Amino acid sequence: MYTQALNDLPTPHNLEDAEKMANFQTRIDSEDRIEANDWMPEAYRRTLVRQISQHAHSEIIGQLPEGAWITRAPSLRRKAALLAKVQDECGHGLYLYAAAETLNASREALMDQLMEGKAKYSSIFNYPTMTWADIGAIGWLVDGAAIMNQIPLCRCSYGPYARAMIRVCKEESFHQRQGFEIMMTLAKGSARQKAMAQDALNRWWWPSLMMFGPPDTDSQHSDQSTRWKIKRFSNDELRQKFVDATVPQAQFLGLTLPDPDLRQDEVTGNWMYGEIDWEEFKQVIAGNGPCNQDRLASRRKAHEEGAWVREAAAAYAARQASRHAA
Amino acid sequence: MVTNTISVSETPQVLYALRRADDALILGHRLSECCGHAPTLEEDMALANIGLDLIGQARALYALAALREPSLEDGRANTEDTYAYLRDVGQYRNLLLCELPNGDFGRIIMRQFLYSAFIDPYWRAMMKSSDAQLAAIAEKAEKETAYHLRYTSEWVIRLGDGTPKSHDRMQAALEFLWSYTGEMFDTDEAEAMLQAEGMIIDASAIHDGWRTTVQTILDRATLTLPQSAWMQKGGRSGRHSEHLGFLLAEMQQLPRSEPGAVW
Repeated sequence: MYTQALNDLPTPHNLEDAEKMANFQTRIDSEDRIEANDWMPEAYRRTLVRQISQHAHSEIIGQLPEGAWITRAPSLRRKAALLAKVQDECGHGLYLYAAAETLNASREALMDQLMEGKAKYSSIFNYPTMTWADIGAIGWLVDGAAIMNQIPLCRCSYGPYARAMIRVCKEESFHQRQGFEIMMTLAKGSARQKAMAQDALNRWWWPSLMMFGPPDTDSQHSDQSTRWKIKRFSNDELRQKFVDATVPQAQFLGLTLPDPDLRQDEVTGNWMYGEIDWEEFKQVIAGNGPCNQDRLASRRKAHEEGAWVREAAAAYAARQASRHAA
Repeated sequence: MVTNTISVSETPQVLYALRRADDALILGHRLSECCGHAPTLEEDMALANIGLDLIGQARALYALAALREPSLEDGRANTEDTYAYLRDVGQYRNLLLCELPNGDFGRIIMRQFLYSAFIDPYWRAMMKSSDAQLAAIAEKAEKETAYHLRYTSEWVIRLGDGTPKSHDRMQAALEFLWSYTGEMFDTDEAEAMLQAEGMIIDASAIHDGWRTTVQTILDRATLTLPQSAWMQKGGRSGRHSEHLGFLLAEMQQLPRSEPGAVW
């Protein structure tokens, strides 16, 4: 669902062979897709493993805040749709871990990093889902922001990632429409339902803008990703696109965006937004968001409680294999 | 909390549809509780999938109940959502087996296996119902439950014949669940009327086939069929365990807090 531009520094590649590097860059420049068995700079591989695994982690951690409402969804139609949506997220996690495996990073190792608190995932999932309207707001805003981030990734230079993103994006657009439809139903509903929708928008708006990562002025490490065509647009460009697409939707819903400085630029037509609280972003990334501890604890619990199942399945498979061999 | 519980005119046809719908909804709800918490991502998806199938079956059966229920005095008609969200514990008609808390993955699998080994042949037989709508529901449901049975059978074997620890857990799950299996085969006067019309089949006719399926899979799983013959019952007539009330409190809280709202 949700990549986040975290702008980690790629590893220096001073040991790479210069000629191979030049050929590699030529392929990238001509929009050739790099495949799993092709030569690639070590730093390219590591950058991709980091980005794809953060994305995969975000999907499976992202199951938790929305999953919290599956048992409380207010109609059977909503219940089925939400369960299917959260299941899709699990599926996205699965494709993405598989894409990372093509780069020699195993799912087990990546998940261990997540559970040890060494890996990052999208900061947005460290906020709580307090009411049903949060499910609408997440679909509309969080999936909306994710789509902005991810559509360009369908053209990413690394083939397995780009192809995974095509399917992921199709499902995400469906989720976004579902989320908007939940918000619309609430906005047209009783006074209490409308207030619930407004409250959810108030809480999710700024964290959604943070999903695009730090401002370009603080973002010194994305040049290499851009040259490698992993990244196609800057954080601020994508954030602006998202705001421009979302403001008219909020107006259509009759809801107010929680930004007193929001105004439309007469020349460009862009919606100019107020100051983002980057300190909050840093704190959430650093593990101090309202739900960081809960999210990791849930993930670890599921993993630990499932250990006997995985061990038994492995033991059974090994025994079957030896029976067949005998 | 505002209470806006509905009343239901439980003619034999309505009662029948609600019983099957409640089984599917409550079991589907239990499976949905696992979403995001399963032992592997593949199993997370599979359990959600089975849950979705069951919730879909419940919706079709509630829609049928709504069609067959005589209209209320004020002209209102019940819907899938009023049945699901505005009935109290005593008005639910599901099997006790379906409402039992999940427990570990082994118990989730064993419960689903015991139920699927019954409901799959049940729906297969119901495809010959004299009622075209029930036959159509059965035809769709059977395609799904055939997969549920295959999936859970494989896991019962894998875990039963996995490690000593997984074997013990599966045997314990089986012992725990066994006394809740008898209710699946019960029948009563209301159902006897529908059976006489060829609308539904006699669930007790499924018993021997079910027992053979269960025994075959348990043998391969190196598990032992429990000896206890005592069977719990009550769900079909609204006498439930303590667990269902908590499930419904969670599930129904939002619609009950805003009567008449559209979600």
